[in-house]
Amino acid sequence: MADQAPLTVSALTLRIKQSLEKGFPSLAVVGELSNFKQHTSGHLYFTLKDESSQISGVMWRSRVPALKFRPQDGMKVIVTGRLSVYEVRGTYQIDVSTMRPLGAGDLQLAFEELKNKLAAEGLFAEERKRPLPEYPERIGIITSPTGAVLHDMLHVFKERFPAVALVFRPARVQGAGAAEDIVASLADLNAYGKLDLIILARGGGSLEDLWPFNEERVARAIAASKLPVVSAVGHEVDYTIADFVADLRAPTPTAAASLVVPDKKAILEILRNSGYTMRQAIASRITMNRKHILHLLKSYSFHRPMDLLRRHSQHVDELSRTMMTAMTHRHELAAAHLKGVEERLSALNPVLVLKRGYTIVRKEGAIVGLRSGLRKADAVEIEFADGRARSTILDV
Amino acid sequence: MATKKNTAGNASFEESLRRLEEIVNQLEQGDVPLEDSLRLYEEGIELSKVCARRLSQAELTLNKLGKDLEGKFTLTDEELE
Repeated sequence: MADQAPLTVSALTLRIKQSLEKGFPSLAVVGELSNFKQHTSGHLYFTLKDESSQISGVMWRSRVPALKFRPQDGMKVIVTGRLSVYEVRGTYQIDVSTMRPLGAGDLQLAFEELKNKLAAEGLFAEERKRPLPEYPERIGIITSPTGAVLHDMLHVFKERFPAVALVFRPARVQGAGAAEDIVASLADLNAYGKLDLIILARGGGSLEDLWPFNEERVARAIAASKLPVVSAVGHEVDYTIADFVADLRAPTPTAAASLVVPDKKAILEILRNSGYTMRQAIASRITMNRKHILHLLKSYSFHRPMDLLRRHSQHVDELSRTMMTAMTHRHELAAAHLKGVEERLSALNPVLVLKRGYTIVRKEGAIVGLRSGLRKADAVEIEFADGRARSTILDV
Repeated sequence: MATKKNTAGNASFEESLRRLEEIVNQLEQGDVPLEDSLRLYEEGIELSKVCARRLSQAELTLNKLGKDLEGKFTLTDEELE
């Protein structure tokens, strides 16, 4: 490189200043406010930033009265002004003449843009959605440490399926730093790891309040999560980018709690039905064996000498006794006699059970005893005491 | 979703329920020998008792995830209500 005559720092700075200030005499910039400060002099100092960059800004006191809102950290704003270089520090900044908050229209536009972009990348694809465990044991929850959301969710878990352990990672869910905190929370729960799924929850609010859930970095953190993520943001009508990228969207936080755990009552019912089915199966088994033995007894008695008959008869008695002992002692069947078993069997007739209001659900003719036997859109037949009805499964 | 053991090393709730379902199906089909079916019945009744007990006696727990000074995760008990 050829030797150049060295410039003084001031001369270089002056050339940079002229170049930059001429290059950007008038601009409009959109970004998020941070480090916002009103100096005692009345001037406003702040940083404008987006995903990957930031720039300093200043608004002189004379222009402040024209502001139509109170700027705060975390707000999305559009500023107009020009670029200026502050020679003393060798820094550049935007000399802001006007500032307005990003309106609902602007936010909607940003929302649609990001939605289209991520959809084109396949981030919302159905194949990416991971199934949630049917019986989760440990659930991570990301939400605000204040507010009713956590409390309301706890109530649902308690009522519906208390056999879960909840791990709560408090996070800011609106305003400055919320998106960063949500991203960090997802990373923390994934690093902690001993969980079946994560619920990302927030109560209702304005479009601005819910905005962190429309941020690209939050969407990408959800997509990158190794654990399945359920989004539960705002009210039923609110859709955020987080909802689209999550493995499951719940309309509200409490709905999320209902969606991720089974209903205790339904499981207890399944357990009761299982007990009934098993007892019935064993009872009919005993009856069958008894008939078989009687049949043998009859046929042998015609062809065998008496002692042989007695031996068989004795053997039959022993078998009966063994079975009786097994049934009464080990299996809590009250039947003291095999005939009693039969009576009990008839009392357990499924028709009588149906009359008590229970129903039998069949899929393709086979009885479905557990929810896991069903898939969405399955055609099923429900048997009532007075007949059958056909139905389709909306959701499981 | 792989079935998993819980932290105590016991069968998970899901596993117990699946096993019970399997036993009920086997007993219903009726093609296992009588001795085996009695054994299955006993196992099935025990499983349904264990599952029911876990549901009715379970108490919801809430822990807050934090980090200590070395950046290691900590869990602290949170009051329910």
